[in-house]
Amino acid sequence: MTNIKTNHAQLTIIGTGMAGMAAACFATQNRINTIQIGVNSGIIYSSGFLDLMGIHPIDTQLTWNNPWQAIDQLIADSPNHPYARLRKPEIETAMKQFIDFMEAAERPYMFNKNQNTEVITPVGTVKQTYAVPRSMWAGTVALKERHSCLIVDFVGLKAFSAKQIADMLMPRWPKIRPLRLTFPAVGASADLYPEQMARALEVEANRIKLADAIRPHLVDAKSLGLPAILGMYNPHQVRTHLEELLGVDIFEIPTIPPSVPGIRLKEALEEFLAAKGVRLLLQKRVLFAKQQKNGKFILSIGNHGSDKAEQMIETDSVILAGGRFLGMGLYAGRKKIQEPLFNLPVFQPQDRAQWHQADFFAPRGHQISQAGLEIDDSFRPTDAAGKPIYKNLFAAGSILAHQDWMRQKCGAGLAIATAYGAVKAFKKLTAS
Amino acid sequence: MKNNLKTQVLIIGGGATGTGIARDLTLRGVKCILVEKKDINAGASGANHGLLHSGARYVSNDPESAKECRDENRLLKQLAPDCIEETGGLFVAVEGDDEKFVADFQSYCDKADLPCCPMDIAEAKEAEPALSDKTIAAFAVEDASVDPFKLVLENITDAQKLGCKFLRHSKVVKFNKTGNTIESVDLLNKTTGKELSIEADIVVNATGAWAGQVAALAGADIDLIYSKGTLLITHSRVSQRVINRLRPPGDADILVPGGTVSILGTTSLRMDSLNKIRPTVAEVDRIVDEGATMMPGLESTRYIRAYSGVRPLLGGGGKGDDRSVTRGFDLVDHAKDNIENFITITGGKLTTYRLMAEKTADLVCNRIGVSAPCQTRNIPLISAHETRWAVPGFSPKNWFKSHDKNDLLLCECEMVPQSAIEEIVDYFDIFDQQVDLKGIGKRSRIGKGSCQGNFCSLRITSFLYDRVLLSANQGASEIHSFINERWKGQRCLLWGAPVVQAELQEAMHCGFFGLELQPNSSTSS
Repeated sequence: MTNIKTNHAQLTIIGTGMAGMAAACFATQNRINTIQIGVNSGIIYSSGFLDLMGIHPIDTQLTWNNPWQAIDQLIADSPNHPYARLRKPEIETAMKQFIDFMEAAERPYMFNKNQNTEVITPVGTVKQTYAVPRSMWAGTVALKERHSCLIVDFVGLKAFSAKQIADMLMPRWPKIRPLRLTFPAVGASADLYPEQMARALEVEANRIKLADAIRPHLVDAKSLGLPAILGMYNPHQVRTHLEELLGVDIFEIPTIPPSVPGIRLKEALEEFLAAKGVRLLLQKRVLFAKQQKNGKFILSIGNHGSDKAEQMIETDSVILAGGRFLGMGLYAGRKKIQEPLFNLPVFQPQDRAQWHQADFFAPRGHQISQAGLEIDDSFRPTDAAGKPIYKNLFAAGSILAHQDWMRQKCGAGLAIATAYGAVKAFKKLTAS
Repeated sequence: MKNNLKTQVLIIGGGATGTGIARDLTLRGVKCILVEKKDINAGASGANHGLLHSGARYVSNDPESAKECRDENRLLKQLAPDCIEETGGLFVAVEGDDEKFVADFQSYCDKADLPCCPMDIAEAKEAEPALSDKTIAAFAVEDASVDPFKLVLENITDAQKLGCKFLRHSKVVKFNKTGNTIESVDLLNKTTGKELSIEADIVVNATGAWAGQVAALAGADIDLIYSKGTLLITHSRVSQRVINRLRPPGDADILVPGGTVSILGTTSLRMDSLNKIRPTVAEVDRIVDEGATMMPGLESTRYIRAYSGVRPLLGGGGKGDDRSVTRGFDLVDHAKDNIENFITITGGKLTTYRLMAEKTADLVCNRIGVSAPCQTRNIPLISAHETRWAVPGFSPKNWFKSHDKNDLLLCECEMVPQSAIEEIVDYFDIFDQQVDLKGIGKRSRIGKGSCQGNFCSLRITSFLYDRVLLSANQGASEIHSFINERWKGQRCLLWGAPVVQAELQEAMHCGFFGLELQPNSSTSS
């Protein structure tokens, strides 16, 4: 044990999903000495959309055009929802700052400040979201204007059918047209993967070939929709070059996860945070955590998939942002749901029979989604009496109880706003 | 416009019995149409252990059934070897089990003339290491496992090749009678909404647990008890042999291996209605806890699916455990109810499906003046080319051996390629032009891997649009109903790794695609 190195930090963020990444962004902005740890970021499953608040109440499936009004109503109806721990201007600031970080990280977002935007999904449904990657914005405009539009897919790219998207949207958008093409740069396998296609389009010659293949089919199309494969590192350059070649607005439609926009987002955030001095321990996990007599936490860190400690971290505070079951922030056993690291109390239904509805798509969602950590106004996990368990342990993101981000369409907003709240509470604690 | 068809025999019900009758009759040269309100094996034929009984399970309480099982077991091993795995079986008792029952078991078997061979405990433990250390007795019997999906697919495929017409999603809504004779039967296609009328010389009701409802529609009476049984599929195979608990039939007392998995069950719960036949968390927990006393590893193993079926048991209003009700079958000539051309066959069990079909076909032939004898005792059930995608393990083997370089894997868990989907869709009876993911699922391994349909439903839906087999917003309802069908089997087993998978599925299908907000036009449940 003696040769294991101990690192020190003011703040350690556990989790590299949206909440963890957002927390790290806010921490760097506040010049907090930060370590971030996580395995397999959930961001690669992201569509790239930033949802803020779309549906409330979920059982009546009421859809809101103005996310801020939706949040007002939500807070009035559900005072335990994590959004209710923040004032609305704080949520606005959090969103604005995160979108500014993304701008600085060269992954710009587009949005209407007080309005949700409709976007196209790979199954041809239309979804409400708040902010949209720049590469997808022309699609939201096309969908709204319903102008003549060509959607292209490629032989070998599975689960992305232009015909399906056009068929699904045709009733509201008669001028949408599908086209299937052979991708100009295919490898030996018939299977095409979005990441491989995106890399191929970083090469200018491939873009010219693609444009040549599409051009004869444009006819009167004002815009062109493609699967999200327009470049891995330089999406702006790839898209604008194709726009120049074809003379129409071009937009991406996300593919099913893990998608290129998700990977772009993850890589951009990692680069941005590393450049800002956050010590990122990727593919590492916390094996155990313990509070010392001085109040600081000691964390032992190991490789993903190993139980052997490689280093220790002594940290003033921790933000727990490990997500739910996929993120391993929570663990569901046959008898109950646990928080595995600090063994924090988990709000949950009385028994497993109540976890899931008989209908997977039941409008009111599954009760297990409401399970998680209960917190005080300083984002600290609390006990049954509502008292914080540790004064310097905070939690953010989907690990929090009393929300259903999947049904409420508030995933990114919840992650970003609660991360902002947790960092702010940490700052307040250190200032006192 | 209403379609009309004409046939000699109309068979209602696409389970083992109905498809068995279809094959038996077509082999005798009789013209048949088989109609099914959902798809093959929608009832108990698709929700059982897949156990080819030696008969030993029934020696103590139903010796007649035991003998029927013994004979059919031997016959099917000869006739349908591709559907059967000759695993052998064990009856084992653990500490605390009724020792008198253990002591009497051999003599029960002898009385029924069933081979039963006592085994040394150490020997049994060596053969089946998963057995509990508390095992106190073991007997070897001639149990085997049978793949009910392959069996039924082979029967119906063979019958179709011989000219039988098979209509899926076609629900009987009305019997049109003149005097004491059924002239025609009206059907409604539940997915397309189309109506159809079939004229037949004779109508056979082979609808299992639904036999009472269908008979009532014709104005006849069948008295059935509904006994719900729940079963669990393990992620990997637990034993080589069928393992039976050596005690009077009870909960979770049989573990049947099949290919790479094992099936554990069952419970017995009296039901008043056939609605909402789904497993519950309480049943699952009970099965796991009970099963673990026989094989302790069943406590911690990963389960991939739970499902429930309804045993149609004969005789009304019995007292006590439904397992004591006879497992024999009942062939009813409704001439007794003043309907001249209507027959019901129900009760029984998978092991005796062929015998039930033979007896039914004999009666049908007798009534319509056909003298051709039964052939299913002699003509083997050969694996048809068309059914191969349903066989576990076929897809990956086939893929690795050779595949067209332009073929794509649409189900990556079970390695089902685009070409397989294309082929399966071609076999569907194109009468109603209806292509459905659940139907493809019955004829292949899609949705049965670790993603439980999360990804393959999306890939196959896109493919079906590209082939113009789906259009407009049908895709959304297809994904919806396929995911919900898989969900039925997952919901009670969501702890550990499967709960992670379920979360990803909800994040994608609801969080991202918003499919919960789509109007669901699918009417099939």
